[in-house]
Amino acid sequence: MTRSTVSGASVRSRARRSRALGRLVFLGPGLTYLIVLMLIPLVLLIGFTLFRRGRFGGVVYEVTGENFTRLLDPLYLEVLVGSVKLAGLATLITLLIGYPTAYLIARLPGKWKTIALVAIVLPFWTNFLIRIYAWIVLLSGPGLVNSALLDMGLIDKPLELLYNQGTIVVGLVYSYLPLMVLPLYAAIERLDPQLREASANLGASPARTFASVTLPLTLPGVLTGCLFVFVPSFGNFIIPELLGGGRSIMVGNLIRDQFLKARDWPFGSTLVLALLAVLVVLLLLQAWSARRA
Amino acid sequence: MRRSRLLYVPFWVSYVFLYTPIVVLVAMSFNAGESPYVHEGFSLDWYGVLAQNERIREGLVNTLIVAVGSTALATVLGTLLAVGLVRHTRSRTLDAVGMLPAILPDLVLGIGLLVFYATIRSTLGLHSVLLAHTVFGTAFVTAVVRTRLTHADTSLEEASRDLGATPLTTFARVTLPQLAPGIVAGALLAFTLSIDEFVIAFFTSAPTTPTLPIVIYSMVRFGVTPEINALATLLLLVSFTVVIVAQRMTRLTESLS
Repeated sequence: MTRSTVSGASVRSRARRSRALGRLVFLGPGLTYLIVLMLIPLVLLIGFTLFRRGRFGGVVYEVTGENFTRLLDPLYLEVLVGSVKLAGLATLITLLIGYPTAYLIARLPGKWKTIALVAIVLPFWTNFLIRIYAWIVLLSGPGLVNSALLDMGLIDKPLELLYNQGTIVVGLVYSYLPLMVLPLYAAIERLDPQLREASANLGASPARTFASVTLPLTLPGVLTGCLFVFVPSFGNFIIPELLGGGRSIMVGNLIRDQFLKARDWPFGSTLVLALLAVLVVLLLLQAWSARRA
Repeated sequence: MRRSRLLYVPFWVSYVFLYTPIVVLVAMSFNAGESPYVHEGFSLDWYGVLAQNERIREGLVNTLIVAVGSTALATVLGTLLAVGLVRHTRSRTLDAVGMLPAILPDLVLGIGLLVFYATIRSTLGLHSVLLAHTVFGTAFVTAVVRTRLTHADTSLEEASRDLGATPLTTFARVTLPQLAPGIVAGALLAFTLSIDEFVIAFFTSAPTTPTLPIVIYSMVRFGVTPEINALATLLLLVSFTVVIVAQRMTRLTESLS
């Protein structure tokens, strides 16, 4: 009797030890890696926002709030608001093109559905810079769009299609359209067609059915798609640089310049924090609406 | 019927929009003339020029070193982490840590690592890019393996334990083979993402060790030449082949299981 309880306790303690060992072996390496190469860098960035920039770059460890007051300078605030606007506009346009596209893909017969989906994703798997470069070729002074318009006699001299805010939006929409279509497709595909039939049978017009059945039920997909497009658009600095003409027009360019040109790490970190704050608010909004849906 | 025909307008706009630039790029790469804009007859000249480009070859080698190294590291770390997160803890905080690199904007991760390397006075080079790419690679391997693991049959692992196998034997002989397709898929994803990654490499590489995307970036900034069109066409060909083969393979494995 006693012997069996003793061995039972030792089995249990051995089980506990092996569970702790399992945790160490499986969770240890990956978490250590991510703590050192992701969390510590993030903590460094957030910490820097409190300090002052050194005269020759670097950081002087004197606590100050000046980085945050500088953030409210109209000059920087304008860039932040402007980035939200450009990214928001790009998101809206991808939604307006992406929703009907996803809707029709979901209605295609089996084999065509796969082909249509792969065709949407395919450009996304090609080099990002090459895709941006393609637009420089298309839109530049002697480019294809201008020469086509000239040939048709619609214009007398080449239009300046490159290097403005509209070009940035085109680049963003082009780059991230697949990220909008995929979650929308997933949401629309899951929709029970009988619900729409029921709505139609009860006398609702197609527009009414869309507004009160289809759209509300696919709203989580809409929000996910918008998030997928907005997040990489908002922090982008390559598209504004290559298609927008290289000025600090979006917050991404501003951040890059603070770290690589101005060497003002504390203020650069403060801009990173502002960018992260906007994204966290959006993530929380999305999580909240997903829970309500 | 009229309504759905109206829907076809944005549908076709999407595809025309997505493929026009690509078609133009490819067409211009076979240009006999100097101009990247005006087609002056067919030739393969620019592919010859491309083959001579030392910087591109160097960039390609650097990219492959980084991609192979970071994928190997990320596959091991990500697989272990996925098993740990599903089987050995219920912590949602740790879950979030594992997902964070996939959600974090690349700009933030790149700058964070730039600052980190400078703070610990580490040199920059291929090693710093490799370690940086391992961060997001690990997150994607974890995510893919995790999904597979939550759908896996736990009764097999229980049976193995009941029959007296050590946790290590159970992991190696039962869990790992079950996860193999997920691990391969996760590794492929990490590899593809690393090959194409620009922003993080931009902040963590040294000027002497550019990866291919960085070489492309400096070429594009310098100006438009048919040589880039040729390179673009080759890269498109590789990506398209990989995507289509991957598609076929998943369908094959789906039909087998």
